[in-house]
Amino acid sequence: MLLSDIRDLLKAVVLARREDLGMEIERAYCADLMSDVLAFSISNSLLITGLTNTQVIRTAEVAAIKAIVFIQNKRPDIQTIALAEEKKIPLLATGFSMFDVCGLLSEKGLRSCSGLEF
Amino acid sequence: MNSAEGVFFLTGKDFKNAGAASSNLKGILEGLGIPAAIIRRVAIAAFESEMNTIIYAVAGMMNYSITPEMIKIRVQDMGPGIENIELAMTEGYSTAPDYIREMGFGSGMGLPNIKRNSDTLTVNSVAGEGTTVEFTINLAPAN
Repeated sequence: MLLSDIRDLLKAVVLARREDLGMEIERAYCADLMSDVLAFSISNSLLITGLTNTQVIRTAEVAAIKAIVFIQNKRPDIQTIALAEEKKIPLLATGFSMFDVCGLLSEKGLRSCSGLEF
Repeated sequence: MNSAEGVFFLTGKDFKNAGAASSNLKGILEGLGIPAAIIRRVAIAAFESEMNTIIYAVAGMMNYSITPEMIKIRVQDMGPGIENIELAMTEGYSTAPDYIREMGFGSGMGLPNIKRNSDTLTVNSVAGEGTTVEFTINLAPAN
């Protein structure tokens, strides 16, 4: 799924790296615990989270996360957005809840990082 | 492949720069042409060690040494030490205060995540003095 399709589906605003909306996303992981992201996500996946501090960007960088969606209208501060720009990690913000986001994306064919199929 | 070594200095409670050392290390590994899957393992293990130092210690340093055979990281801190290392290695066990958990860390996955991503791991700790975490990640031999 294209990141631009994800943006449209989630009615999201783009906070960083608008030029990367053409990237392809196949898998997603959601968590507010960054150590869980480090333990259970896989490379090149989408991170869905309610946490908006700079550690989210650092976590995404080291775990090779491709892009991040912030849920429920949570907005990172300018330092976090600047770090995402620097690390080339696109940021989206949506009004939907974590459950809504996962449901919407799963329904459209985005798969989880666990490898399990429903 | 070239060899490299160096050190990053870490400051306790400096959450603004937490992760910067691991990020720089990742850049160095990329510059050396190390495969992405290995870089990810090193970066995750280094980041967890770095966060442990920043969360718990006054200060610390991260030494790295890269040879054609392996990547070795040693993170040495001036912190409270770990009373029970075996317990600290248990997934989900944590002594982190709430404000650390609110930042997304302190869920008791730090040392387990380092172990998960490394080929060897040793943890030495003296209560009241500090902790040294050393891990290695093997590089595939050149064929």
